[in-house]
Amino acid sequence: MSTLTHLDELESEAIYVLREVAAQFERPVILFSGGKDSIVVTHLAYKAFYPLRIPFPLLHIDTGHNFSETIDYRDALVKRLGATLIVGSVQASIDAGRVKEETGYNASRNKLQTTTLLDTIEKYKFDAAVGGARRDEEKARAKERFFSHRDEFGQWDPKNQRPELWNIFNGKKNVGEHFRVFPISNWTEMDVWQYIYKERVEMPSIYFTHERDVFARDGQWLAAEPCIPRKPGETVERRQVRCRTIGDISCTGLTLSRATSLEEIIDEIAATRVTERGGRADDKRSETAMEDRKISGYF
Amino acid sequence: MEKQTKDASGYLDMELLRFTTAGSVDDGKSTLIGRLLYDSKSIFEDQLEAIESASRRGGNDEVNLALLTDGLRSEREQGITIDVAYRYFATPKRKFIIADTPGHIQYTRNMVTGASTADLAIILIDARNGVLEQTLRHSYIASLLGIPHLLVCVNKMDLVDFSREVFEKTRERYRHIANTLHLDSVTFIPLSAKLGDNVVEPSSRMPWYDGQTLMEILETIPVNHRVNEQDCRLPVQYVIRPISDKFHDFRGYAGRVAGGVLEKGDAVTVFPSGLRSTVTAITRLDADLEKAVASESITVQLADDLDVCRGDLIVGRGTPPTVAREITLVICWFNDKPLRPGNRYIVMQATRETIGVVTRIIHVVNVNTLQAEEGKDTLRANDIARVTIKTAKPLAFDPYAKNRVTGSLVLVDPDTFETVGGGMILGAADQIL
Repeated sequence: MSTLTHLDELESEAIYVLREVAAQFERPVILFSGGKDSIVVTHLAYKAFYPLRIPFPLLHIDTGHNFSETIDYRDALVKRLGATLIVGSVQASIDAGRVKEETGYNASRNKLQTTTLLDTIEKYKFDAAVGGARRDEEKARAKERFFSHRDEFGQWDPKNQRPELWNIFNGKKNVGEHFRVFPISNWTEMDVWQYIYKERVEMPSIYFTHERDVFARDGQWLAAEPCIPRKPGETVERRQVRCRTIGDISCTGLTLSRATSLEEIIDEIAATRVTERGGRADDKRSETAMEDRKISGYF
Repeated sequence: MEKQTKDASGYLDMELLRFTTAGSVDDGKSTLIGRLLYDSKSIFEDQLEAIESASRRGGNDEVNLALLTDGLRSEREQGITIDVAYRYFATPKRKFIIADTPGHIQYTRNMVTGASTADLAIILIDARNGVLEQTLRHSYIASLLGIPHLLVCVNKMDLVDFSREVFEKTRERYRHIANTLHLDSVTFIPLSAKLGDNVVEPSSRMPWYDGQTLMEILETIPVNHRVNEQDCRLPVQYVIRPISDKFHDFRGYAGRVAGGVLEKGDAVTVFPSGLRSTVTAITRLDADLEKAVASESITVQLADDLDVCRGDLIVGRGTPPTVAREITLVICWFNDKPLRPGNRYIVMQATRETIGVVTRIIHVVNVNTLQAEEGKDTLRANDIARVTIKTAKPLAFDPYAKNRVTGSLVLVDPDTFETVGGGMILGAADQIL
């Protein structure tokens, strides 16, 4: 008997998880950021239920600080899939006084997303939020379950997680609680790109190299955009860059790159010596920054 | 090792090996994993920088590789591993997923969790201490969970002068465990995780060892032993019925093949109802497949319009499953709330869900001596026991030894919804006690 390749096995596992979500929950939603991981999850959902349309809406938590290419891509994808898009606006949360905008040079709306996310989950009564987080991304995420329980305050209790055995996923919960579900938990950054290559998944243009106005801060290249105030002495240069991850503009470091195709991206990742989140300012705030954000309900 | 050796398409067809590691921090488990990640260039510069500075803050002179796997704040503070952590690395030959589990006795549940999906287990032994009680416990859990291959790594050989005699004595001692547990695929490796001997590179200090290094074994051992290749099973997860003109009559049964091979044209029986039909199509997205093998997620269409729903088991070629309402199983108990006969739980088996009542505790296994202790009326957290459970609806299953998917179940507390136990089915209670 032939053994499945690693990509076939990871795909089958993710599709299995997505079908469990459809079977076990009443109001699931896919958290869609426009980044490669949520694009792959959406693609997998399309495959999992075909010829049925994806039986959940997509939810974009919009910080208002987006690369315009991300929004164009999002809207085209939603149209192509015939999916429903819900947008949770961080700006609206700020205007309503639910959160307070950070100030200073390193201000970011990344952390503010948590409140908007939890408010939106509560508003629509979502009981499962499917995300593209992977265990290899970050040390706190290495401890995540596929089906990860959140209490009525949306909080994660990392020390008291349900054991997850074989491929049996327990999605039972009390009213008001919800689950975060991570179908591509076992994928690495390389697996994601190989899969995109194998499946010919269309990607936002900013993942490929392009010329952009950037400036250097703390060893990273950041986009020269009005939402990131520059310190004196930070000068704008025109460089060939691409995104390795896509988040809020204010905390997404850009990578100097010549990669114009998926093949070249894969080769670039194979040769790199820095993790993809090495370019994320939000993780550098403290040693357990991700764990702290996750406990309070972050993605 | 060169990472950059293939063009993009060359990366697409690798095999995936899932393995688990058992042993306490003192055995050098974290160092061994750190060594595998480091030597396969899976530790990145920013990760190394982060653990270097964390080690300095913690007062360590040397880089503490354990910080790579201990990610939670409380784990770092206490210097212990609390929960299963998953690690990923790749060589040009294979992709690997490590379920790194804590070795302390109170975390038996974590080892069981990590072992449940593993193709291989690494059992670490400190060469200075030899075979200990915990070695037996780890080996027992690995055999209980049906892990096909065990690699017994005799570590810290540098601290016993790379002595062949020490290694062989340990191997002889372990034979007793292997015989008791009927382990048939056990490999022994003398190594030093700290210095790297026999981890990735062969050791020049142990010329008497002519076996493979740990990495060579991980890269070459067959991976498909954990699936049943004979008996075709498809637990139905979800029924796909699009309401559209184009797919008006489409009725697809979505699931992941749990054993054997399913082919177009195969006669199938649906359990537990016993209804029969024929497979007319197997699809993945819009691709029509001739056949599907174990582990593949597919959608199947049948010739007849039957009442088939989530929780049913579609069975093709091979021997039929057992159908019963009272089963005997080995259970690992995870919860602080004890299990007692008469307690009710939600039973999740394959995609089926029903209510079950514990009818009897036959015996509890002392995991340190493997003695079966009878006459117990309570199971506490981390106990392993043989019990019987009666279910509200019949279960269609295979013994766990024959099929890990259809032979496993979890128990869920109906009040707290916590997963409180993991079970491996032995058979129908009227046949096996």
